[in-house]
Amino acid sequence: MQLGKTKVVALLAVAAIVASACGGSTATPTAAAPGATTVTTPPPVTATETPAPAVNGTLPPTDTTVYPRAETLYTSGKQWGAPSTWNPFDGNMAMGVVGLQYETLFLYDPIKDAYTPWLASGGSWDSAKTTYTINVRQGVKWSDGTDMTAADVAFSLNIYKNAALGSNFFTIVDKVVASGNNVVITFKGTPAYQEFASALYNDPIVPAAIWTAKNDANILKFTNQGGVGTGPYTYKTAAQDRMVWVKNPSWWATTALSLTVKPTYIVDIVNSSNNAALGELLSGGLDLDNNYLPGIAQIVNGGYGVTTYFATAPYMLGGNTAWLVPNTKKAPLSDPAFRRALAEAINPDNVVVKDYGNIVAKADPTGLLPVWSKYIDTAQVTSLGATFNATKAKADLAAAGYKTGAGGMVTNKDGSAIDLNLEVPDGWSDWMEAENLIAADAAAAGIKIEAKHPAYATVVDDRNGTATAAPTFDLVINNDVQIGNTPWVYYDYIFRQPEIAAGAARNRNYEQYDNPTAWALVQKLDQTPTDDLAAMKTICSQLQKIQLTDEPVIPLWYNGEWSQVNNSVWTNWPSSTTNQIQPATWNGYWQMGAIYMLTNLKPVTHS
Amino acid sequence: MRRYFGRKLFTYLLTFFVAATIDWLIPRFMPGDPVAVLVTKTGVFSPTQAAEMVKYYTNLFGLNQPLPVQYLNFWTSLLHGNLGLSVYGNGTPVFDMIMAAAPYTLALLVPAILLSWWAGNSFGALAARRKWLDNTVLPMGYILTATPYMWLALVLSFTLSFSLRIFPLSGGYGFNLEPTFTWLFFTDLVAHWILPFLSLFLVMFGGWAIGMRNMIIYELESDYSRYLASLGAPQGLIRKYAFRNAMLPQITGLALQLGVIVAGALVTEIVFSYPGLGHLVFAAINNEDYFLLQGIFLFIIIGVLLANFIVDIVYVLVDPRTRVAMRGGTA
Repeated sequence: MQLGKTKVVALLAVAAIVASACGGSTATPTAAAPGATTVTTPPPVTATETPAPAVNGTLPPTDTTVYPRAETLYTSGKQWGAPSTWNPFDGNMAMGVVGLQYETLFLYDPIKDAYTPWLASGGSWDSAKTTYTINVRQGVKWSDGTDMTAADVAFSLNIYKNAALGSNFFTIVDKVVASGNNVVITFKGTPAYQEFASALYNDPIVPAAIWTAKNDANILKFTNQGGVGTGPYTYKTAAQDRMVWVKNPSWWATTALSLTVKPTYIVDIVNSSNNAALGELLSGGLDLDNNYLPGIAQIVNGGYGVTTYFATAPYMLGGNTAWLVPNTKKAPLSDPAFRRALAEAINPDNVVVKDYGNIVAKADPTGLLPVWSKYIDTAQVTSLGATFNATKAKADLAAAGYKTGAGGMVTNKDGSAIDLNLEVPDGWSDWMEAENLIAADAAAAGIKIEAKHPAYATVVDDRNGTATAAPTFDLVINNDVQIGNTPWVYYDYIFRQPEIAAGAARNRNYEQYDNPTAWALVQKLDQTPTDDLAAMKTICSQLQKIQLTDEPVIPLWYNGEWSQVNNSVWTNWPSSTTNQIQPATWNGYWQMGAIYMLTNLKPVTHS
Repeated sequence: MRRYFGRKLFTYLLTFFVAATIDWLIPRFMPGDPVAVLVTKTGVFSPTQAAEMVKYYTNLFGLNQPLPVQYLNFWTSLLHGNLGLSVYGNGTPVFDMIMAAAPYTLALLVPAILLSWWAGNSFGALAARRKWLDNTVLPMGYILTATPYMWLALVLSFTLSFSLRIFPLSGGYGFNLEPTFTWLFFTDLVAHWILPFLSLFLVMFGGWAIGMRNMIIYELESDYSRYLASLGAPQGLIRKYAFRNAMLPQITGLALQLGVIVAGALVTEIVFSYPGLGHLVFAAINNEDYFLLQGIFLFIIIGVLLANFIVDIVYVLVDPRTRVAMRGGTA
C-alpha cells in the first residue's frame, strides 16, 4: 500500500491517455486504404447492424462499406427515431419501406390528379361499378428472384382480414380472389370508391411465400429486416442514426417502363438538431431535407445552392392544413356564432409573414389544400367564408348576445369571464409563435386566449381525453390530414361519426362536432365514383356550406411540404417549373410520385 | 478494511435501490399517455386501426397492469437483466438500445473526465504563483468553466465544422461508411469524436485548473510550507508537498462532479447529433418512453455509483489518513 500519491496520479494520467489513445495520433483523417477488406463482425458500437442479405446472387460491387459521394443520396426528414421495423404494415416502418422496397398497385399524382398503373398493369370497374378487376403486371420479380403473381396480390389484400392490423378494408370489400393474371374484388353494398382508390395506391404488395407464415396475431412483431420486395431498392444496413438502401439491379420498371433510379445508395439520416441539419444541408452533406428549417427563405435567396419547390413564396407545396380546433363541447366554443367571430378575429397573414417568413400560404376558408382546389365552391366561399375583420368579429359577438366586460374583453352571455387556453406542444417553435400571434389577434377583438405550450404528451392527453376523462382542451392547433387522392379524407377527419371513444385511439373529429347531416354527406362522398367529378363537387360544396357556417374547425394556413435541396451533387430536383413531382421522403409520398424524383435526378459531373 | 468496504458497499446498494425506485417513479408522474403519443405520431389511421394499435402497444408494454404490479415487474425483469421494451424504439429491447448508444457516451466521458482532471490539475498547479501563467491560464479557466457545455459545443461546431470544415458536423461516424475494422473507418470515428470531446474537456479543464491553482496557493501559505521554506527546502520540494495535499479535495471534487458532467455530455451529444445516451434521453422524454428513460437513468446511476466507488478506493490509496483510520488508529 505504499504507492506514492504522485505515482497514482501518474497512473491515472497514463490510463487516461491510453483510454483516449486515438486522440493525438489520428487527428488528421487521411484517405487511407479504400480497398480495405470488409470485416464481417461489426465492432460493438453497432449492435444493431446486420449484414445485408445476398440479393439474388447479385451482390453489389466489391467494397460496399464506403458509399461513393457521387452515387449516394443523403436524405433526412421522415425518421424521428432509429429505424426499428421494416414491416410494411406497421405505421412506424423505416423510411422507404413502402415505396423503395415494397410497392403498390398504382401510383397517384396529387398534382395531376392521376393514377398510374404500377404493380398493376391496369384496373377497371365493371359496367355496374360493383366489381373491380386488377390486371397484375407480368414480369415483376421479387428481389429473391421469384415472380410476383396474382396470388401474391390477392394475398397482400386478403392480409387485411388479420384483426391485428385493424384495417377497415374488409368493412367495404367482400372478397378478393385471384383469377389467372387478374385479381377480382367484390364489395359489400355500394363500393366506397374513394376509400378503395386510396387503398390501391397505399397498400403494399408483399410475397405470399414469406408472409403466409407471419400472418397471425403477432404480425406486427415481425420486424422484417432485410425483407424481400419488388421495389428499386433493397435493405443495405441500418444503425441508430441512419437507414441505408442499395439499388436493386433487377428492378422491373427498368425494362417495363424504362425507368432507372439514379442513386446507388440512399442514406436516410435520423432527424437531428436544427443546427446540425441546416449545417449538413448547406455544406452538401445532405441532399434533401424534409424538415421544417426556420429562415429557409433567406437561405434560398442567399446563393447557397439550396433550392425549394417554388423559387419564391410560398417556396413549399402545401402539405397539410393547420386548423384551429375548438372544443365544441365547451361554452362558449359550443356556439357556432362564437366560433365564427373567432375565425373573423384571426389574421392568418400574421402567421404567414411574421412567423413563417412567407414559406407557408394562408389557407382557403374551406381549408381544402391546393391539390383539392377544384372541389372548392368559390362563389359560396366568397359569400359565406369568414375573413379577417376584427370590427366585424366584435359586432357579430355583440349581435350573438355576448357582452363586453372589464377592459373591453368579451364575456359569456351570463356575464362570466371568457378565458380560453390554446395549447401547442412545447418545442414546436413555429406553432408556439403562431399561437402568440393568434392570441394577440383574438385579444384585439376582445376574446381572451392564453397561449400555452405544455409537453407534447400533455397536449395529446388534453385533446384526446382518457378512458376516464373527457377532453379538457379549449383550443389546439392540428394538421393531421396530408394531401391525397380525395377530399373525402379531409371531411372524414372533420365530421367523423359516431364519436370515437376518448383516449389514445381517438384520431379524428377532436372538436367533437356532431352533425349527422354532414356525416351522411361524407359517406355519400365516399360512395361516389372517383371519375364522377360533378357529383363529388356537389357533395363537397354542401359540406363546405356546413363547414363555412358552423366552423367546426377554423382553417388557418397550409403547412408546407417541407423540402429543401442542395444542388451540389444531384440536380434536376422537383420544382414548379420543370419537374412537378412530390419532393418528400415521408411515408406515403413515394407512391404519390416521389419515386420519379429518384429517376429524374441528375448527378453533377465535375470536370 | 473489509468493514470499511462492507459499509461502503451497503451504502451503495441502498442508494441504488432508492435511486432505482425514484427512477421508476418519476416517468410515471409525467403527464400523458405514451401509447397515445406513439399512435398519434404514427399518423392518421382509420379509427379501427388506431384502436387496434392502442391495444397492441398497451399489451406489448404491459401498461395495462396496475402500478404496484408494474413496479414488481420492474424489479423482477431488472434482476433478469431485462429493462423492458422501448416505446420510442417501437418495441426494441431497451437494453439493446442502451448497449448501442453507451459506447459513444463512454468514449466521450471517460477520456474527457480523466484527461481534463489530469491536465486541469497540472496546469492549475503550474499556474499558482507564476505571474504570467496566472495572468493567462486563470482568466481563460474562469471563462471556460463558466461556459455552458451546449454553448461551447455550438461555438465549436460553427467555427471548426461549419465555417472551417475541419471536422464533420454531426453523427458518430460518416454517413457514407459502414463500421469495419479499417483505418478509414477508425480515423473517421475519431474525427467525429473530437469536437464533442473538446467541448466537454475544455469546460471541465477550466474548472479543475482554477480549483487546483487556488488550493496550491492555500497550501503554499500553510504552516508546513512556511516551516519547510524556513528550513531552506528547495521551492520544488515545497510545491511537491503542496500538490499532494491539494490533490485530495480535487479527488473528492471529481466524485461530486460526475453527475454534472454526465448531464453536460447529454446536451453536447444533442448539438453534435452524437448517437450516445444523451440523444436517447432526449428522444425518450419527447416520446414519453418510460422504459427507455428508466433504463438509461439506471445505467447512469450504476455508472456514477461505480465511479464513486472507484474514487473511494483511490482515496484510500492516496490518503494515508484513511488507511490509518481503517485500522482503527487516529491520524
